[in-house]
Amino acid sequence: MQPKPRTLQILDLVTVLFFLAAVGMVFFYAPLEAVMGQVQRVFYFHVATAWVGMLGFLVAAIAGVAYLVKQDRKWDIVGLSAVEISLVFFFIAIVSGSIWAKPSWGTWWTWEPRLTTAAIVELVYAAYLLLRQGLEDPERRARFGAVYAILGFISVPLTFISIRLFRTIHPVVVGSGAAAFDMSPAMLQTFLFSLWTFSLVFADLLWHRIRLGRLAERVEALKLKIND
Amino acid sequence: MRAFWRALWAIVWKDLAAEVRSRELLSSMLVFALLVILVFDFALVLDVKARHSVTAGVLWVTFAFAGTLGLNRSMAQEKDRGCMDGLLLAPVDRSAIYFGKAIGNLFFMFIVEAVVLPVYSLLYNTNLFKPGLLLVVLLGSVGYVAVGTLLSAMAVQTRTRDVLLPILLFPLVIPVLIAAVNASTAFLQGWELAEISPWINLLLGYDVIFIAGAFMVFDYIVEE
Repeated sequence: MQPKPRTLQILDLVTVLFFLAAVGMVFFYAPLEAVMGQVQRVFYFHVATAWVGMLGFLVAAIAGVAYLVKQDRKWDIVGLSAVEISLVFFFIAIVSGSIWAKPSWGTWWTWEPRLTTAAIVELVYAAYLLLRQGLEDPERRARFGAVYAILGFISVPLTFISIRLFRTIHPVVVGSGAAAFDMSPAMLQTFLFSLWTFSLVFADLLWHRIRLGRLAERVEALKLKIND
Repeated sequence: MRAFWRALWAIVWKDLAAEVRSRELLSSMLVFALLVILVFDFALVLDVKARHSVTAGVLWVTFAFAGTLGLNRSMAQEKDRGCMDGLLLAPVDRSAIYFGKAIGNLFFMFIVEAVVLPVYSLLYNTNLFKPGLLLVVLLGSVGYVAVGTLLSAMAVQTRTRDVLLPILLFPLVIPVLIAAVNASTAFLQGWELAEISPWINLLLGYDVIFIAGAFMVFDYIVEE
C-alpha cells in the first residue's frame, strides 16, 4: 500500500486551517446584516457548498467526456468521486438554504427555480448512482456512467431556464436585480474567502476519494489473483 | 447515405410489423394511458374547476407514463430475443439503429396520443384539437422519445431493468414536461403568441440538443 503522498498531507492541513479561519470570519469578522440578522450568516457557507456542488458536476461531466475519448478507467473514478462529493455538498446547500428560508420567506421550501433545479440535480445524480449499482461489468458501468453524467449536465441548465421563465424570488447576490442585496467589504471578503475555502475542501476530498477508488480497484485485482 | 436510410427504414418496418402481429406494446400502452386518465379523474373528482385547469398536466403525465411502458417494452424485446446482437452484427451504421428505434417509438407514442386526445375531449367535453396543441404534442414527444430511446437502451442492460428507466428518464425530461405543459395550457386558454413562443423555442432547443447528443453517445451504449 502506497503511503499518503506528501502534497496531500499538506493539502489536508491547509484545508483544515482555511476552514477554521472561514468559520471564524463568518462568525466574528463579517458584520451583522441589518435586515435579516444572524441567520444571514448561513449565506456564506450556503453559496460555497452550492458552488462546490456545481463544480463537482462540471468535473463529472468533463471526466465523462475524457473517459469516452480515452477509455481510461482513471477518469471513471474521477467522475464517480466528483458526483459522490457533490451530492453531499448540494444537499448541505439545500438544507442550509432551508434554514435561511424559514425566517426570511416564512417557509422551508418553495417551488422556486433555483430550489427546484437543485432538487432535480440531486435526483439526476442519485439516478446516476442507481444506474452504476445496477451494472456489474466495470467497463460498462464506466461507459454508462460517463454518458449519463454528460446527459445530466446538459439537461440541468435547460431545467433551470425552463423554471426561470416563471418569476423568481431567490435573492440575486452576484449581478443586479430587484431582490439583490448589497454586501459591505467585510461581507464580500468573508464570502470570497468561504468560496475559496470550500474549493480547497472539494479538491482535498476529491483527491482522497480518487485515491480510495484506486485502492479499491487494487483490492479487487488482488482478490481475483488469489482466486486464480 | 442511401444504405443508412434503407437500414433505418428496415428497423422501423421490423418494429411496426412485429407490433401489428403481437399488439402487445400498443395494447398495454393504451390501456395504461386510459387508466391514468381515470385515476386522475378520481383524484380530482371533488374539484371540477381544478380538473379543468389541469388538463395539460394530466395529458402530459399520461403521455410520459404510457411512454415509459412502451420504451421499456420495445427495448426489452430486442434484448430478450437476442435481436439486439443481430442488429449490432449487421453491417449498418449504429446511429441507424438508434434513429430506427426512436422513430418506431415515436410512432407508438403518436398512436397513443391520437387515441388519448379524442377520448379526453369526449370525456371532459373540451376540444383538444387545436393546431397549436398538436404542434406542442409533436415537439414534446420528439424530445421525450429522443432521450427515452437512448436511456431505455441503457436501462435494459442493467440488473434492475424496467424499474430503472423512469428513474433515469424523468429527471432528464423535466424541461420537456415543463415547457410542454405550459405551452399546452397556453394554447388551450388562448394566450398571446408572444407569451407562448419562449416555450416552443425551449422545446425546439431541447429536441435539437438531445437528438444531437443521443446521436453522439449511442455508440457507447450498445458497444459490446
